[in-house]
Amino acid sequence: MNLSRPDNERTSKDAQYLQAATHDRIYPPGDLAIWVFILAELLVFAVFFSAYALTRANNAELFNTCQLTLDANAAFINTLALISSSYFVMRAVAAIREAKTQQCIQWLIAALAMGCVFLIIKSGEYVHHYQAGINLRTNLFYMFYLSLTFFHFMHVIMGMVILTAVTIKTRQGHYSAAEHTGVETGASYWHMVDIIWLILFPLVYIMR
Amino acid sequence: MQYQSQAVAKPYFIAAIGLFVGQILFGLIMGLQYVIGDFLFPEIPFNVARMVHTNLLIVWILFGFMGAAYYLVPEESECELYSPKLALLMFWVFLIAGALTILGYLLVPYATLAEMTGNSLLPTMGREFLEQPTITKIGIVIVALAFLFNLGMTMLKGRKTVITLVLFIGLVGLAVFFLFSFFNPDNLVRDKLYWWFVVHLWVEGVWELILGAILAFVLIKTTGVDREVIEKWLYVIIALALITGIIGTGHHFFWIGLPGYWQWWGSIFSALEPLPFFMMTVFAFNMVNQRRRNHPNQAAVLWALGTSVMAFLGAGVWGFMHTLAPVNYYTHGTQITAAHGHMAFYGAYAMIVLTIISYAMPMLRGRKAANSGKSQILEMWSFWLMTVSMVFITLFLTAAGVLQVYTQRYTDNPQPFMAVQERLELFYWMREAAGVVFLIGLIIYIISFFAGSNEPEQA
Repeated sequence: MNLSRPDNERTSKDAQYLQAATHDRIYPPGDLAIWVFILAELLVFAVFFSAYALTRANNAELFNTCQLTLDANAAFINTLALISSSYFVMRAVAAIREAKTQQCIQWLIAALAMGCVFLIIKSGEYVHHYQAGINLRTNLFYMFYLSLTFFHFMHVIMGMVILTAVTIKTRQGHYSAAEHTGVETGASYWHMVDIIWLILFPLVYIMR
Repeated sequence: MQYQSQAVAKPYFIAAIGLFVGQILFGLIMGLQYVIGDFLFPEIPFNVARMVHTNLLIVWILFGFMGAAYYLVPEESECELYSPKLALLMFWVFLIAGALTILGYLLVPYATLAEMTGNSLLPTMGREFLEQPTITKIGIVIVALAFLFNLGMTMLKGRKTVITLVLFIGLVGLAVFFLFSFFNPDNLVRDKLYWWFVVHLWVEGVWELILGAILAFVLIKTTGVDREVIEKWLYVIIALALITGIIGTGHHFFWIGLPGYWQWWGSIFSALEPLPFFMMTVFAFNMVNQRRRNHPNQAAVLWALGTSVMAFLGAGVWGFMHTLAPVNYYTHGTQITAAHGHMAFYGAYAMIVLTIISYAMPMLRGRKAANSGKSQILEMWSFWLMTVSMVFITLFLTAAGVLQVYTQRYTDNPQPFMAVQERLELFYWMREAAGVVFLIGLIIYIISFFAGSNEPEQA
């Protein structure tokens, strides 16, 4: 948080240019506001995960039985998709830091494509459950499974909207080696979406 | 005042303050009826006093929001209001409809009012907070449509800012969700569901956007901090407010007959509703810390900071206290709810309206930026008197609520409702005393508009 007093005339943007020029990066990368948002999001998921853990402790047998009906292979492919998309986003940030706009756009599109893979596979799982007559009211396990994964699903969509906006702005030439806070901001959010899945996947699909 | 048409905000603000006084007077009458059951009976029975108290609250806040929008949108859009005449016409329509409705509540029995206003043609009356006759509800919709049209046309021809956009989305949401008050299905579960769509998605959804936009506007004006920085915070705050508020409404759903998963969804998301309010507090104090100038209207800055703190306490902390399903199982509809309702409404919505009035009124009354020092000191006194007495009202009601929950619901030998009410008498008396202090604060607030009006502005 910039708590500088009013007499400090240097704006935060000037400071960013200066720091970029001296290769001394600002941490955390991206806009501070997105980090506040990320922390809030992590808190929401943390509460959800805790509720899951507590309920599972009291219904271990039900959770273990129902867990076997989930498609862990599909989830594993999705895990690979998200991890590689995070890698692509990281490469996009590295590219824009070296002023390679075209490469940055290509990496972002690759990341978006991986996001699409995730959405398609996850939708396939939902269709399967729907056809089996499973819904939020089936039992506590499915309530948590559907709620958690769907909430995350919405975050993937949100992340893709952000990455699309960043891609468009990159194409329009809004970012440079000196000023690319927007790319870092989008990347930070996307990494969060990825990290949550990395907890969600073992928690719901694997751990017994 | 930068644009002539901003002047239409003035009658809205004056009406808001006038109705606010009425609300507090009826609050005091009701407060007394808690301990002297037949006070003013049969002229003003408790149910009527309660209806007037809550309806006046909603109407004066709406007047405040409209005034705020008429003041803020031309300045943000950098152009005159599309139609000041329409705004004034709607002011009178809304005021007369509101006054007639309140008179209707007071002068004829509610059932007669329903009959007189043709409720049987399209029955919408009889639900808490939505007691207005159908014809009044239709009037509200017409006023809202004209209001949104006027603002929308102004925004279209002028500069588009994040603040006006957020404000407009909030106001559109307010109008859209009010439409659910026209649904009155036979199925009680659906009836209650739609009722919550109005009651809850207003105060814990779209109204938060209006609150955020007004707060951001006043902070930009009084601190001189970059618009970019303030807008960014506004985005984050409203995103969180919407996510937690809309799904958080689910904390009511299980109890009215919806599926069990709402207990989880509602508890989890509503437990996070304090987050956007907390961020609003951090945001407001941070912006004032980073200020680039000391604005002469220090009273407005005090109101803005006060809003953020009291909204967090009232809506955030007192809401969280009883939102989790295992707690709410015992506390639903007790004095704990009343405590939360009082501090949340005052802290979030009454105070934000008083903030924008405090900021805008000096300009609307022909001053350059601020009232005289004398007037501001009185206004600050009224701020502290009203705010501190509201804290006490909340604490007394909370104490009453805890005792009520225990003796009426939690203990092994639950007592009947009225027996418990008698045991709460002491707390109700103390609440009434705090209410009187609140009224004194409000009177001083009104005096502050007239005191020192011949003296020069605070530098």
